Amino acid sequence: MIKEFQTVKEVFGPIVFVEGVEAAAYGEMVEIIAPNGERKKGQVLETTKGIAAVQVFGSTQGLDTKATTIRFTGDVLRFPVSDEMFGRVFNGSGEPIDKGAPIISKEKKDITGNAINPYARAEPNAFIQTGISTIDLTNTLVRGQKLPIFSASGLPHNDLAVQIARQATVLGEKEDFTVVFAAMGITHSEANFFIQDFEKTGALEKAILFLNLANDPSVERLLTPRLALTTAEYLAFEKDYQVLVILTDMTMYCDTLRELSAARQEVPGRRGYPGYMYTDLSSIYERAGRIKGKKGSITQLPILSMPDDDITHPIPDLTGYITEGQIVLSRDLYRKGIYPPVDVLPSLSRLMNSGIGDGKTREDHAGISSQVYASYAEGRDLRNLVAVVGEEALTERDRKFLRFADAFEQRFVQQGKYENRTIEQSLELGWDLVSMLPEDELKRVKPEHKGKYGKKYRK
Amino acid sequence: MAQNAVLSKISGPVVQATGMLGAQINEIVKVGESELMGEIIALRYDRASIQVYEETSGLRPGEKVERTYNPLSLELGPGLLSSIYDGIQRPLEAIRAKSGDFIARGIFVNALDQKKKWKFEARAKKGDSVKAGDILGTVQELDFEHRILVPNGVEGKLEAITSGNFTVTEEIAEIGENSIKLSHKWPVRIPRPYKEKLPLNIPLITGKRIMDTFFPIVKGGTAAIPGPFGSGKTVNQQDLAKYSDADIIIYVGCGERGNEMTDVLSEFPKLLDPKTKKPLMNRTVLVANTSNMPVAAREASIYTGITLAEYYRDQGYDIALMADSTSRWAEAMREISGRMEEMPGEEGYPAYLSKRLAEFYERGGRIKTLGAKERIGSVSLVGAVSPPGGDLSEPVSQSTLRVTKVFWALDANLSRRRHYPAINWLKSYSLYLDELQKWYGENVAADFFELRNKAMQLLQKEAELQAIVQLIGSDALPDKERLVLEVTKMIREDFLQQNSYDEVDAYSSLKKQYGMMKAIMAFHDKAVIALAQEVTFDKIVNAKEKHTISLIKRQKEDEALRTVNEVIKSLDHSFAK
Repeated sequence: MIKEFQTVKEVFGPIVFVEGVEAAAYGEMVEIIAPNGERKKGQVLETTKGIAAVQVFGSTQGLDTKATTIRFTGDVLRFPVSDEMFGRVFNGSGEPIDKGAPIISKEKKDITGNAINPYARAEPNAFIQTGISTIDLTNTLVRGQKLPIFSASGLPHNDLAVQIARQATVLGEKEDFTVVFAAMGITHSEANFFIQDFEKTGALEKAILFLNLANDPSVERLLTPRLALTTAEYLAFEKDYQVLVILTDMTMYCDTLRELSAARQEVPGRRGYPGYMYTDLSSIYERAGRIKGKKGSITQLPILSMPDDDITHPIPDLTGYITEGQIVLSRDLYRKGIYPPVDVLPSLSRLMNSGIGDGKTREDHAGISSQVYASYAEGRDLRNLVAVVGEEALTERDRKFLRFADAFEQRFVQQGKYENRTIEQSLELGWDLVSMLPEDELKRVKPEHKGKYGKKYRK
Repeated sequence: MAQNAVLSKISGPVVQATGMLGAQINEIVKVGESELMGEIIALRYDRASIQVYEETSGLRPGEKVERTYNPLSLELGPGLLSSIYDGIQRPLEAIRAKSGDFIARGIFVNALDQKKKWKFEARAKKGDSVKAGDILGTVQELDFEHRILVPNGVEGKLEAITSGNFTVTEEIAEIGENSIKLSHKWPVRIPRPYKEKLPLNIPLITGKRIMDTFFPIVKGGTAAIPGPFGSGKTVNQQDLAKYSDADIIIYVGCGERGNEMTDVLSEFPKLLDPKTKKPLMNRTVLVANTSNMPVAAREASIYTGITLAEYYRDQGYDIALMADSTSRWAEAMREISGRMEEMPGEEGYPAYLSKRLAEFYERGGRIKTLGAKERIGSVSLVGAVSPPGGDLSEPVSQSTLRVTKVFWALDANLSRRRHYPAINWLKSYSLYLDELQKWYGENVAADFFELRNKAMQLLQKEAELQAIVQLIGSDALPDKERLVLEVTKMIREDFLQQNSYDEVDAYSSLKKQYGMMKAIMAFHDKAVIALAQEVTFDKIVNAKEKHTISLIKRQKEDEALRTVNEVIKSLDHSFAK
């Protein structure tokens, strides 16, 4: 039921008001044909009898109030999905940009998606080995989790993301992860970095890329993650794939949300971001998980850059309230030359406990993880003290914790970009490091594990 | 209806309809051809603003709107326990059976199983004269005696009553003209009536040492748990749901993570209630409106939860309601208010935010129920608050703190140190201490609060000393003050820290809590005497009892109490000159 109108009354920011429309559906997709023939996509934001407000995906340059045509498609945005999408590259609104054929499929999915019924969810509990000690040992990722990387400009979050994508495996299963990659507002060279790395490792053949680059229309960014997740849901829950979704950069997505909210003259919330940003972000992040009786899963790895390294900024703040933990990168560590500069203290994985322990990783995992964490925290506190009173004023015990903190950063956090540590290696490294500390200070590990795993490192 | 009720404007979760003359505020309507459920929240002559409990995309102006002539109501009766509902009491299990793994729109399913037969045993007799709140009979619901009461507004002679097997909609009794069934409906936004409110002086025992010993809550009391993300709001709420000694738990997941509900669903059936040793799930009702489910239903979910709680309270039980998180509820109000183009108050929240929060917390309390044989029931409310950036000066935190009596301040610095529960002992408070003094004195130990207050003073002293230690290091302090630091470290690590994932440590009985505190304070008192007698500081801090005390948390009650006695005995020897 396609209807055409040439009755644009007003163009205001990214929003076009169309008159004489009898009954446009809320959320309906429209096509906008500029006087010069250029076609753009749009979506109905508000509909009343007679007037529809349409949000234009793309620039409104060249639109007029005389000859511009608006075609109402009669349906919400649906995206064709199929398992022939592997290796393909799409733009931010889902059109192929790799010169390949368009995707033709009977399976056309509403990109907003429906909420997974909480009763249908299965508990995420399969340990994912990323080969990175600071994640595997202290912030364990499990299949079906959403674990964002909180980064900031100038930090190597992209390297970390590709390393995770490259190395992630579920122990005891042959099956690799399929990567769905959504870029929002990142630069051309950043996008190239991802593509080249995927190409090099052969991951590109089984990856699906959605690229909205910095110079692409910003409003399109609202679609990009939804296209990626619609594809991921199809692959995970209808085709049994284990899907890893990388979303970068969520900060650019949120800025678009703010831009649009301002154009709609809504009451702004904190720092000008709209009050519904929490709800909007959760409609993206909550599309991770597992479903009872289905083999596939969606694991999300969103990346966001904290403006001015501020973790209380609304974007990381609201994200942290929705996601199941966060991996926080630290500029201090990066300046010390440590890669990956994961600051384990503010990092957290909420689902860690269901993915570790006997039968999954090793019985001592929870204890040793908590022990290295607490000891490192204590060592870091002592550094502040040393800055005031000098190292000489410390007790012998405190000096040991201080040295532990240094060794922890140099040996545990620090690893190569291609260094893939097994969970065994990370666990042993943990025991090796805590052997620097007096044995009766190890209150977090079970006494029987001290003998079984820790003894061999004590001189 | 003469006029045609049709949609006139759609822009998000609030829609407008015309031709609605005669419709009432808070009436439920069916919106559009797909019959989405909505509630009227404003009227302007024949024009109604409707908040829709389901996703509105695809709706068009001109689609029909159908009135139901009823406000948003719950179906109350046997079969609620162990269920999981969405924000408007649709059973998620039945919805899954009907629409699959994703929640489709416009689905209607009865909250209670309409086919299941319950065995009703009459307690009242034919010919009795009964009034609202009287017990007609009982139904065994899982492990629980579900009391069927005379509904509100009904009074008269019991014309007929039959024991036997009935569904929730079959008649079990007749009072005057009224046909009584096992279930009835109640509008969520109206508090259920009771006879009178009672003073709050019985603790709601949680098994968490920092809560029970330091900042206790009472049955019928209110508590707030504010904290930034990652500080353990949800873990604390879930622990309260697991271990607190209420009869029934209502757990409202309001705008939070889907996986957290999964967690509860998969874990609770396996865990046993510490009091009754029956599966936890059998005493729990879940209301789950996760963050990606429609925002209007999130607004309703809190009311759904509290109405369920009041229903069981009226039967004479103690209910604890966990709302995780009230901030998401407030945000839902803000979003709806924004769409209504109401004048915003602070940070865009509606001006009536604090009124709504206060009304919610006022529905808690300990009460005498209606009915001839009075029963006592209570609803305790624990609300999580998620302040943006952890900043408590924001409106939701502030409005909540004004009306709640217990404040468990979660602290990101503590959780970063993996000090769990990450409740800051200096910032938290409980205003129920005076009321509870008597109960603790009679039921646990006469000097319970004395020990608690002494420990609290030491912790306060520690905070002052820490400021100095930061400058000059602990070695420079006199022995007496170093002892304070040693003892407070024991209080923090061996008492306050409690591992929710350790089978034994997760729940501490009050006796065990008292014992542990007694051991630590005995260590302190005797060490002070020893220092005065010039025993060396090293000898005191290296006493083996220090290590023994640290083991108590992982010991079961009997063993723990034995250890406490041994420690107290052997301290004199260890501290001898």
